[in-house]
Amino acid sequence: MTIVRHHGGWVILVSIIIGYLLTVLPLPAEAEQLRPDWSALIIIYWVLALPQRVGVGVAWLVGLFQDALVGTLLGAHALAFALVAYLTLKLHQRIRVFPLWQQALSVLVLLLLIRLLLYWINGLIGRPAADWVFWTPALIGTLFWPVVFVFLREIRRRYRVQ
Amino acid sequence: MTVDHRQDLLEPVRYTLSAALYPVRVLANLPSETSDFMVDRFKTRRELREENARLRAQHLLYEARLQKLDALEVENIRLRELLDSAYEVGESVLIAELMRVDLDPYTHLLQIDKGGEAGVYRGQPVLDAHGVMGQVDKVGPFSAMVRLITDPSHAIPVQVNRNGIRSVAIGTGNLNLLELSSLPNNSDIRAGDLLVTSGLGGRFPKGYPVARVKKVEIDPGQPFAEVTATPLANLNRSQQVLLVRRDETPRQAAADAPPGEPSAEAAE
Repeated sequence: MTIVRHHGGWVILVSIIIGYLLTVLPLPAEAEQLRPDWSALIIIYWVLALPQRVGVGVAWLVGLFQDALVGTLLGAHALAFALVAYLTLKLHQRIRVFPLWQQALSVLVLLLLIRLLLYWINGLIGRPAADWVFWTPALIGTLFWPVVFVFLREIRRRYRVQ
Repeated sequence: MTVDHRQDLLEPVRYTLSAALYPVRVLANLPSETSDFMVDRFKTRRELREENARLRAQHLLYEARLQKLDALEVENIRLRELLDSAYEVGESVLIAELMRVDLDPYTHLLQIDKGGEAGVYRGQPVLDAHGVMGQVDKVGPFSAMVRLITDPSHAIPVQVNRNGIRSVAIGTGNLNLLELSSLPNNSDIRAGDLLVTSGLGGRFPKGYPVARVKKVEIDPGQPFAEVTATPLANLNRSQQVLLVRRDETPRQAAADAPPGEPSAEAAE
């Protein structure tokens, strides 16, 4: 085990808070349902980039706060994010070397998985089933992935987050 | 998750998390807040004068109506004393402002800027100038979430103002539609009837307008009529909301129902 000095934790924190901001920022009613899962994108990025620092636990916490923020069942996002973080952790060495568009495809699968879990949980607690619009945030999130990835990579390099 | 859904054990956790997240909400709310502030700030003197005159006229009108109401209230108390029934004592209101943050788009929740520190409690009825909006569902120290009456998991006991027929208005997930359940085909209800809260279940105070009946469909093959109604409150446009607090629990209700009894319109 080599000892890696951790620093730049505040950068990760700030990026997650920005993700929350984007999650609750008021949008016109039509666009509201199309909003991508910003926190999920940011979590996936950090797990890919720093798997030794950001893992299932952090993802679970981020999801828990997200639940409190948007008023979903406490634990719904937490479960979804933790699962996705686990999968990303398992696959990070493969996903990392993919070209950007292939990465975006893997991210699409992960985002769809989050949606699927939220859909199941909604069904379990007896809420009416959502229509097809429910799935679009995953697609839009995929389109945003290259932007998020490049942006966060620049940030990570500039502040030498390790 | 099961614990959160079935019981209220996790309310303190949510309360704490909500406190930690308050800055995020304030930040998200900031752009619209500043634009409002700017609009107010740069209004011309003439506009302000006009607005002032209009409000003054409105105020006068309401004062006049209130005078009549006072007399009516006293008369009502007297009549009730004759009938020997308990009179529900007045309610006090707290004004809260909506925070413009988007919540889960698949639930009808609103964020308001008053929370547990201001005395907001779970299940507190929320009104706007036109009618009942919903009830407080999740409380944080400085903010709270309100579940609208149109949320699919919400139901509110109502009665027809014209003749007192009671029913329950259930949310549909559509912001301008409520469904009335269990009304027999022969019940006297018509499109255009005003629905007010019936006060049953003890959560919503009696007599506040809720909705207006939109359509009554009678299918002879079905035991119940299909009645839909439109909420009166501006569920997606209101800026300010009123939180109603009952000053004193009415004597009768307190004696009849043990406290903590889950009421008919529990949010979930």
